[in-house]
Amino acid sequence: MCLAIPARIVAIAEDGVTAQIEVEGVRRPVSLALVEGCGIGDYVVVHVGFALSRLDPMEAERTLALFAEAGLTGGAAS
Amino acid sequence: MKYIDEYRDGALARKLAGAIAAEIQPGRRYNIMEFCGGHTHAIARFGIEDLLPPEVRLIHGPGCPVCVLPVGRIDDAMAIAARPGVILCTYADLMRVPASNRRSLQSAKADGADIRMVYSVEDALTVAAENPAAQVVFFAIGFETTTPPTALALVRAKAEGLANFSVFCNHVLTPSAMEAILAQPQDGPDPVHVDAFVGPAHVSMVIGTRPYETFARDHHRPVVIAGFEPLDVMQAVLMLVRQINDGRHQVENEYSRAVVPEGNRKAQALMEQVLERRDSFEWRGLGALPDSALKIRDSFADFDAERRFEVPARSVPDPKSCECAAILRGQRRPEECKLFGTACTPESPIGSCMVSSEGACAAHWTFGRFRERRRA
Amino acid sequence: MSTGSRQGRVEMTHGGGGRAMARLVEELFVAAFDNDLLRRRDDQAQFAAPTGRMVMSTDSFVISPLFFPGGDIGSLAVHGTVNDVAMAGARPLYLSAAFILEEGFPLADLGRIVDSMAAASKEAGVPVVTGDTKVVERGKGDGVFITTAGVGMVPDGVEIGGDRARPGDAVLISGTIGDHGMTILSLRESLGFETGLRSDSAALHGLVADMVASVPGLRCLRDPTRGGLAATMNEIAGLSGVGMMLDEAAIPVRAEVRAACELLGLDPLHVANEGKLVAICPPENADRLLAAMRAHPLGAQAAIIGRVTDDPHHFVQMETAFGGRRIVDWLNGEQLPRIC
Repeated sequence: MCLAIPARIVAIAEDGVTAQIEVEGVRRPVSLALVEGCGIGDYVVVHVGFALSRLDPMEAERTLALFAEAGLTGGAAS
Repeated sequence: MKYIDEYRDGALARKLAGAIAAEIQPGRRYNIMEFCGGHTHAIARFGIEDLLPPEVRLIHGPGCPVCVLPVGRIDDAMAIAARPGVILCTYADLMRVPASNRRSLQSAKADGADIRMVYSVEDALTVAAENPAAQVVFFAIGFETTTPPTALALVRAKAEGLANFSVFCNHVLTPSAMEAILAQPQDGPDPVHVDAFVGPAHVSMVIGTRPYETFARDHHRPVVIAGFEPLDVMQAVLMLVRQINDGRHQVENEYSRAVVPEGNRKAQALMEQVLERRDSFEWRGLGALPDSALKIRDSFADFDAERRFEVPARSVPDPKSCECAAILRGQRRPEECKLFGTACTPESPIGSCMVSSEGACAAHWTFGRFRERRRA
Repeated sequence: MSTGSRQGRVEMTHGGGGRAMARLVEELFVAAFDNDLLRRRDDQAQFAAPTGRMVMSTDSFVISPLFFPGGDIGSLAVHGTVNDVAMAGARPLYLSAAFILEEGFPLADLGRIVDSMAAASKEAGVPVVTGDTKVVERGKGDGVFITTAGVGMVPDGVEIGGDRARPGDAVLISGTIGDHGMTILSLRESLGFETGLRSDSAALHGLVADMVASVPGLRCLRDPTRGGLAATMNEIAGLSGVGMMLDEAAIPVRAEVRAACELLGLDPLHVANEGKLVAICPPENADRLLAAMRAHPLGAQAAIIGRVTDDPHHFVQMETAFGGRRIVDWLNGEQLPRIC
C-alpha cells in the first residue's frame, strides 16, 4: 500500500509549491502543498506526486543505530 | 539511494535475524500481522520470511486499497465511464481489478470508454482543464496516505471553478479495518490469530501514531509502526517479539524518521475540510464495516461524482468458495484456499487477496510459492 | 538525393501505386538502403543459398515515442530482428522491411527514421534487400509501423536452443538490465521524468560471434526484450524443463534504472532491453565465456548471474541481496506504474 520513497528536493518554483525531486539522477516534479517548511536539500517522502513528510536525518541515523545495536546483542544468525 | 539502501543491508539483516532468534521463547508462537500491502510486498520481494525463525508467523493483512475495493464500486466506476462525454481518470493499479461478469476497466477501455491512467490527481485536473467539453471524473482510491492529494484537488477544483471535474470517492480508513479484524469472536472454533501488528508506514505519516492507541489499550495488542524497507520490518518484528515476551502492549514507532506522533496536521485539516465519514462501506473480503470510509462533504457536493451521475450502487457478494475473509484475518494461509493457484491466479483473480501484487495471495503466488514444498 | 521526398506529409497517394509512390520509394528508401539486391527493383530479392542451416525471424515495431535517446523506431527495427536471428548463434545475412505509414506523418520524420535504419543496417553489415510501403488514413495508424524480417546462417557445430539448459549450467547476462524500457517509460509526458538514460538498442551478432567462437558448446541465447529478464528466464526454464536460481546482487542494474523503478513501483527484472542477451553454458565454460563477452564493447559489463537447477516446478528463484529468497515470476499483464 502507498508506494512512497524518500527523495531530495533540488529545486522549488516561485510559487513555493512546485518542486523538483531527485533520486540517483532521476528527477520529477512534486507538489509541496501538503508539507510545511521544506527547503532545497531536504529529503521528503513522496507519494502520487506529493511530498507527505519531511524525512528527519537525525531519526534516520538513530534507527540505523538501533539495527546495529540489536545485532550486537543478538549475535550473528547461523 | 540515500535513505533506502542503508535499510536493505544484507549484513545487518543477518545480525537482526540473530537478535530475533535469540529472543524467541521455546514453545511460544508469535502471530504478527503486517496490516499494509507495502509491508507484504517488502516481505515477499526481499524474502524476509527466510530470515525469521519458524516461531514467527507473518499474517498478511488487508492494507491494499486495490484489493479491498468491492466489485460493486468498480461496476459503478464503469457505469460512469460508459456515459457519453465522460473521461475517467484512474491510477493504473485499478485497470485490471475484476468487476462483475469478468469485466474490468481495461475491458471497458477496449470497448471504447475514455479511461486514462494518471500518476497523480493533479494530472486529472489538467485533463479537466484541457477538455472543457468533457466530464472528467477522478476514480479516487486509497488509505489515508492517498486521501490528502484528493482533498487538495477538490479544494482546487472548487477555487478554480473547474465545473467539469468530479471525484468518485472510495477512500478508506486504516484503524477501522484493524478494528474489524480484531472484532471477530475469539472463542469460536476458528479464532483470529493476531498477537501483534506491524503498523502502517505511510498512512502513519498522515494520521500519526495516536489512532493506534486503542489497539494497545483496549485490545491488548502491541503495535509497532514501521517503514517499508526490509530492515524496518525486521526491526519491527524484533520490537514486537520483545513486547510479547514482556507481556507489554504499547504503540512503538520504528519509522520515526518520517512519522511524528501527531501526524501531518496540514493534510489532516484538508481531509477534515473536504471529507467526512460514511456510516458504512463495503470492503472486498471483509464485508460492510461501520465508519470505515470517507465521502465528500455537502459543501463540495458539486464535485461529487456519486451525486453528479447516477450510479447503480449495487452490492456484489464475494465468490462463495473464496477464502479471502479468513486469509485476511489470519485464520487461513493462502495455499489453504482451494482456489489458490487453480481458478484464482494473478492473471485471473477471483478474490481480493489475488487482485494486486500486494494482496496476501498474489504476493505468496508471485514471490513465495516455492516455500509450500518446505512446509509440506 | 532529392529533398522533395523529405518535405510535407505522407499522403494517401504515397501508397497508391502511382508515380508519387514510386518516387517516395526511389528517393527515400532505395537511396538510403542502397545495395545491389535492392537496386534491381524486383518484387523480391534473389541471392545464393549458403549451405548449412538457415534461420529466419520477423518482428513488428510499434513504439511511442518514435524517437528516443539512444535510437528510434528505425534503428530498433534493424537491431531487433538482427538480434532475433543472432540468438540462434547465427550470422544474419539479409533483412526485409515493410512500412505502414499514417496519412499526415511528416516526411522529414520518415526521412530521419529511414536514414537511421540504413545507418544501423550498414553498421551491422546486414543489408535491407526487399521492402514494402503502405499508407493508411489519418487516425488509423500511429505515425509509422515497421515490420522487418531477417535470414541468417548457423555455423557448423553450433546447437543453440531454449530447450538445452541443463542443471548446473551457468547463466550470464551481457550487461545492465532495464535501460531501454525505463528510457521509453520516462519519456511519457504524464510522468514528467527527467533522466540521463539512453536505450541500449544495439545489434548483438558481433558479440554472439565472439561468444560462439570462444565457447562452441553454448546452450542457450535469448535477448530479454518485452517482459525483461524475468520473462526470458521463465521461458528457458519452461522449454528446458529446469529451474533457475539467480543471484540478485550479481545482476547489473544502473542506479538511475533502479531509482526510476522505485519511484514507479516496477521491477527491473520485468523491464525491456534491446541490446542485451542472456547466455547459458556448461559451468566449466562460464569463465571463458564471461571473458569473451567482456572483451566485446557490448559485453563490457557482462556477469554470471545464476545457475540452472533441477526443479520439477520449473521455478525461477532468486537469492535476494537482502539474504532471502523469492520467485521471479512472469510480468503479470502490462507494465504499469503502481501507486500502491
